[in-house]
Amino acid sequence: MIQETVSREVVVGIREGLHARPADQLAREARKWQSRIEFVGSGQRADGKSILELLTLAAEAGTRLVVEATGPDAREAVEAIGGLFARNFADPAGSTEHT
Amino acid sequence: MKFSDFVAVDAIRSDVDADTKQGVIREMAESLVEAGKIAPAELESIVKAIMKREDLGSTGIGRGVAVPHTKHPSVDRLVGTVAVSRKGIDFESLDGEPVQLFFLLVSPPDRPGDHLRALENISRQLRDDGFCRRLKAAQTPTEIGDLLEEADSHGFVS
Repeated sequence: MIQETVSREVVVGIREGLHARPADQLAREARKWQSRIEFVGSGQRADGKSILELLTLAAEAGTRLVVEATGPDAREAVEAIGGLFARNFADPAGSTEHT
Repeated sequence: MKFSDFVAVDAIRSDVDADTKQGVIREMAESLVEAGKIAPAELESIVKAIMKREDLGSTGIGRGVAVPHTKHPSVDRLVGTVAVSRKGIDFESLDGEPVQLFFLLVSPPDRPGDHLRALENISRQLRDDGFCRRLKAAQTPTEIGDLLEEADSHGFVS
């Protein structure tokens, strides 16, 4: 099995920062992939599959994070997670409300 | 941000009666009313707003912990409380674990930074297994208050 590491910088665009709901969305997306997924920022490293860990980043709007995936589907995982940030966590179904 | 910056000590509950999501949220909101942190007239509106937020996605963040919350115009600063359920309550958490430890937060609509930092403090401290376990095993509100104070002053953060 190919263990590739792929990383990419993402920026938190949500006005209220990476709070509980986007952290939940992010962990759900990360859990779709086999690869280990971590976020690095503010001198910390957080497991991308854990909401609790993601919340420890306290990433406010404008924070730059590096998403790092290692595993057989690293490339696809980083692509999908990058997409989530790019569309600002908007629900594809249409709701953009963040609470 | 520390626990003492937002947790109303008088509203802490060590053994909630409720066995449903809505029940525990109501019990905690009522404890904040009793502690004088939220106005009695706002109780229903706050419970409704927290439940509406839960409908968007569970606030169960894993490890048997949930952070039900809402913004509400009736508070002028972040207020919160802590409750423990002995038996655990199904909260539809991502990891599927029943929730035993609840941190309920009500924040002013214009202070998203405070809310984010309260979540950071809660999640950072609860990353420590020992702290998590001791909170869940606490027998009295005073014991919970003491543990939070200990975390504030020394940090269980390794």
